[in-house]
Amino acid sequence: MGERLSVTKTYKLLIGGTFPRSESGRVTPVGDGDAPEAYVCHASRKDLRDAVEAARKAQPAWAGSTAYLRGQILYRLGEMMEGKRAELAAALTGTDADAEVARSIDRVVHYAGWCDKYPQVLGCANPVSGPYHNFTVPEAVGVVGVICPDEPSLLGLVSLVAPVIAGGSSCVVLASESSPIAPCVLAEALATSDLPGGVVNILTGFRDELAPHFSSHSELDAIHAGGLSDDQARILREGSATNLKRVTLREGIDWTDDNACEDPWWIEPFLEMKTIWHPSAT
Amino acid sequence: MTTATRGEPPPIPPPLPTPAPQGVLTPINTGSEALWAYDAAPERIRPEISPEYGLFIGGEFVPSASGALMPTINPATDETICQIARAEQADVDRAVQAARDALPAWSALPGKERGKYLYRIARRIQERARELAVLETIDGGKPIRESRDIDIPLAAAHFFYHAGWCDKLRYAFAGREPAPVGVCGQIIPWNFPLLMAAWKLAPALACGNTAVLKPAETTPLTALRLGEICREIGLPAGVVNIVTGAGETGAAIVDHPGVDKIAFTGSTEVGKRIAKSVAGTNKKLTLELGGKSPNIIFEDASIDQAIEGIIQGIYFNQGHVCCAGSRLFVQESVLDDVIARLERRLGSLRVGDPLDKNTDVGAINSKAQLETIERYLQAGKDEGAKLHEVNNSALPEAGSWCRPCFFTGVQPSQTVAREEIFGPVLAVMSFRTPDEAITRANNSPYGLAAGVWTDKGSKIFEIARRLQAGVVWLNTYNKFDPASPFGGFKQSGFGREGGMHGLRAYVRL
Repeated sequence: MGERLSVTKTYKLLIGGTFPRSESGRVTPVGDGDAPEAYVCHASRKDLRDAVEAARKAQPAWAGSTAYLRGQILYRLGEMMEGKRAELAAALTGTDADAEVARSIDRVVHYAGWCDKYPQVLGCANPVSGPYHNFTVPEAVGVVGVICPDEPSLLGLVSLVAPVIAGGSSCVVLASESSPIAPCVLAEALATSDLPGGVVNILTGFRDELAPHFSSHSELDAIHAGGLSDDQARILREGSATNLKRVTLREGIDWTDDNACEDPWWIEPFLEMKTIWHPSAT
Repeated sequence: MTTATRGEPPPIPPPLPTPAPQGVLTPINTGSEALWAYDAAPERIRPEISPEYGLFIGGEFVPSASGALMPTINPATDETICQIARAEQADVDRAVQAARDALPAWSALPGKERGKYLYRIARRIQERARELAVLETIDGGKPIRESRDIDIPLAAAHFFYHAGWCDKLRYAFAGREPAPVGVCGQIIPWNFPLLMAAWKLAPALACGNTAVLKPAETTPLTALRLGEICREIGLPAGVVNIVTGAGETGAAIVDHPGVDKIAFTGSTEVGKRIAKSVAGTNKKLTLELGGKSPNIIFEDASIDQAIEGIIQGIYFNQGHVCCAGSRLFVQESVLDDVIARLERRLGSLRVGDPLDKNTDVGAINSKAQLETIERYLQAGKDEGAKLHEVNNSALPEAGSWCRPCFFTGVQPSQTVAREEIFGPVLAVMSFRTPDEAITRANNSPYGLAAGVWTDKGSKIFEIARRLQAGVVWLNTYNKFDPASPFGGFKQSGFGREGGMHGLRAYVRL
């Protein structure tokens, strides 16, 4: 009796709440070149377009649901991740895998709590000089492209995605290029949480190949990215000028620093402030 | 810092005598001066204008390095008012350096002290309001009633509002300690020259930044007066620098490595170019760009009020307003009534001499802009829309003029329904259901402002929620206030100006 031959899994993309393979048919081995531990799909420009379409479709209902409900759903995501702690940790390569998983869960819980509070912290009533009722309320920017750093593959992704969805936007995520397994496990937690399909879409693939397509896609309203090279950052910003995407790049971030990564100013770049005037009279 | 240290650089006239703001105002009709027991009305005031103006750099007015000049023209008469320095690279270098040199001391100044400088600027704008209002009208063509009652008072109010923020910034950013961004390059348009300068400078200075401001090519005069005011009140040299010029002056600011932040108000086309050219740098950027704002009238609106709102919405400032309500959506059941009343009201608007306080619609800001508007009028007719030209005001022979008008029978795909005209031209369309109105209102790459007219409260707030616009006016239009944030969704730009939210663009968190 020899050793049992393991079943190597091919992780698929998460688009619109379902798990398709890349339309290109491409897959990439992960791990040791001779004996890959798993495969991930190698997403194409077409996959990105499909994901943006799914995100666009899901966004109005997500933003339109009550803040209380969004908070509940994000907390539920935390619960689902808690249930997959071991699997998530096993998918991470670093020595402090357990700590990264724990911190990622806590970060999701942190942003869950913001859903029904940031409008109070970031919005306001304005004392205009005249008989008008005037107030400013934050609204979701729309569909956000999220490009993740290679490391930390799970915590980086969670830190970039949680504030975006807490703010009512949907997103298309390009996961860590070098360590895509944990993001794929997270995708499975996302699909079984109560988050509506299409609010978070996760692609695996190559940053140099896909980042220019993120930047030029006219249906993306904003970009949230970390771990980019100077060249990638410039390309992303240049392309974003074509439809004036709101670009936020996180450089030199210590992702484990809660003070740096957890506050409403991480949600704010993915909000549009709407100011409403109405006369006040009898 | 005292006002006694000012220099006397030609070609700029010596500083105005202070205080005595009336000292600079000369009644046009000196023959009847003795008859006036009270202040002359502003339209009868002629401010002193030098034949030539330099650049305001490092607290002094200086000629441009090349000596290049450009004329500024009164669009109501086509007469050249005076010559203005045209700043080139070397001048922008000097201005940026002056701003850099001033930055450490200015940003280190206690907020309360910074605030007092802003309060002084606000006061001097108020005290010189008449002179500024007349200059604004002569240089840009807008009716004196608007520059007197709106532009100048709001500019002063903007400095007052931001003066108070200087020592309170940490309360504006929950949990964070805001720090200044650095040297701000600020490029402003010609439609509200002094007001836009105030929108840019007040928050920048309040947050501890220094600035290089470029006024628009056709309307530099009030910004230069603001430079005089800065000197007059003893603002430390280099905190505000004003360089006049055209597109290449603006480009030199945008591309300057010594600038930390760009704030631009103008066209979406130029805004995109700026976004692209700062892409490879760490410059912060805010853009306040074009619009094609919808104004939606429901059958249950108070129609007379709505008509006034439409008129204000599109014909204010000759329609040279980025948030002009240029697409009118009328519910089908009241369409004929609205068109009839609109025609009646339009007929009563007075077009003509901007210095006459009874004028409703002044001169088009420049020949070039008039040509643009005329091209759009032709396109509208060519594409099959019906042009209503019911205003019969007699127009002066010289100058640039366009009578207010509107199109009906407009299809959403037509040019006049899609593109920003920036003139007194309205496109009228109809709709049947609220959903249709919202869908069509949102069907635009722009998202600056929107108006909604209905007396039904629950409906109006739901529609406000669903409209993609940074400013939504309900049963009103074109209202502005320093405490109220202004700025757009989508391709109308990013960032807000005014209010607590306007400070965000001028701090690092």
